[in-house]
Amino acid sequence: MSDSILYARAFWGLMVRDISVLRREFIAFMVRTVMNPLMFVFVFTYLFPKMGQDFQNTRGISFGTLILPGLVAVAIFVQGIMGVALPLSFEIGSTREIEDRVMSPLPVSLVAIEKIVFSSLQSVVAALVVFPMIYFIPATPVHVHVNSWTVLIGNVLLASLASGAVGLTIGTIVKPQHIALMFGVVVVPVTFFGCVYYPWAALHSVRWLQIAVLINPLVYMSEGLRIALTPEAPHMPVWATLTALVLCVGLLGYTGVRGFLNRVLG
Amino acid sequence: MPDSIEHIVSIRGLTKRYAGKVPVEAVRNIDLTVQRGELFGLLGPNGAGKSTTISICTTRTLPTSGTVQIAGLNVVETPAQARKHMGVVPQYNTLDRQCTVWENLYFHCRYFGYTSVTASKRANELLEMFRLTERSKSFVRELSGGLAQRVQIARAIAHEPEILFLDEPSAGLDPQSRLALWDSIRQLLSGGITIVLTTHYMEEADELCNRVAIIDHGKILVCDTPANLKSSVGAQKVISLHLRNESDSTFERSLGELAGVKGVESTEQGVRIFVDNLDGLLPRIIEVTGPRLKDISISETTLETVFIKLTGRDLRE
Repeated sequence: MSDSILYARAFWGLMVRDISVLRREFIAFMVRTVMNPLMFVFVFTYLFPKMGQDFQNTRGISFGTLILPGLVAVAIFVQGIMGVALPLSFEIGSTREIEDRVMSPLPVSLVAIEKIVFSSLQSVVAALVVFPMIYFIPATPVHVHVNSWTVLIGNVLLASLASGAVGLTIGTIVKPQHIALMFGVVVVPVTFFGCVYYPWAALHSVRWLQIAVLINPLVYMSEGLRIALTPEAPHMPVWATLTALVLCVGLLGYTGVRGFLNRVLG
Repeated sequence: MPDSIEHIVSIRGLTKRYAGKVPVEAVRNIDLTVQRGELFGLLGPNGAGKSTTISICTTRTLPTSGTVQIAGLNVVETPAQARKHMGVVPQYNTLDRQCTVWENLYFHCRYFGYTSVTASKRANELLEMFRLTERSKSFVRELSGGLAQRVQIARAIAHEPEILFLDEPSAGLDPQSRLALWDSIRQLLSGGITIVLTTHYMEEADELCNRVAIIDHGKILVCDTPANLKSSVGAQKVISLHLRNESDSTFERSLGELAGVKGVESTEQGVRIFVDNLDGLLPRIIEVTGPRLKDISISETTLETVFIKLTGRDLRE
């Protein structure tokens, strides 16, 4: 058997294992995917308008329209943390059960890359689940218009891969006992400063923050989806989001794989 | 004849140095070969370098210098290919907690390129071979230490490797599970697989291994069959005297001059006397020792005696 076939089969074996485990935990997966956007959309885009406290953008864009891409981006991003960082931190640092997969007949870097790929699949599923919910729940109309399916698919795929790479990097750095802390220190600020609830252009009034948030990968995920789904809302140029996401995948992917190799190989 | 045909493991000049505030040389210039079909033991105290050597052989740790070949494949240059030929049971439980016993075996086969049908068939075969069929649907957290160890061994040989590495296989097992493990090891060996195990239990090495290398402070001190190692001590029995006060050279010389005594060594608690047989010797030893004698024990020469002879220390120290 040639090396490439050997590697491909081993890689597929790792995918089959992860798919099987996810299938068993599908309800938990759905709950963790749906709960945050469901609550957010219900309170801010259904309850508030019903209470007469609707947020309305000066350009007449409803709050629902504004946050729909951001919440899809958060759903994608959270999968990277929940689907990769959390289990990996335990598998490497606590139970060391990753060892059997590391001992598979394929380069160890591919075991790490499989984690990113599988996480991306979860992210795509999360995006597909969250999207209709955000579209149908708001009391005020949400205007979705896909100009280019290529841009939409490209953004979703790159955002999913970038989230997997973030998850891999965090999972190899953070020790299991510090995982809860990581949610407070990393996930909450990344989400609140990820241009999820407001477009990046709206930050012009706080210029230093507008520049500072450019370090946050979630900004490009939210803005990229804004371009693809709600083009009438202010957004970054398409080249900027795609370039930034490609760089995120490359840099975070490289860091994550290096971190993985350092942790599992003495 | 190529080296790989005769020797499934070939280690040359292996050194592993861990950097840090206090650099540690865990393995120092080790040369070792293991023949196909043999059960080879690395015996030494904790921290001797056994597990590091196994980790390098199994591609999980990179050496500082030297080479290791498994089935003729360099483990640093071609780790993925080398892994096809080996099975590994680490000293801690690395079973997949998210999966059942059956799934642990099935997915392991899938990683090694088995199709769904053949992996499933192989998993069932292994369950039967290791008497695990009743536990096939159990999750790992439901297994006792002995059962988990059995599943780990079954998983390690699932892809039919030529060599199996067992790192401290009986650590933490109760005596009954240890005996069951020894039976499994013997059964595997009779099936033609080569086994390399590390242990700090001398009786395990003595009972199971065809050849044993005694390792201490990262160096191999001796390597031979257990019988040859024991006969190298030059005595059949060891008499340990526990004294009320410290031993002195005059006393040790008096003991050494007794007929039949092959050697005398001082220990923390008294002295250790190497003899061939006990005929009439004990009364004379007691006479020479006098009232300072607190306790006396007699044992057969074991691999531990060999270790003590070589290092002056106990394996458990």
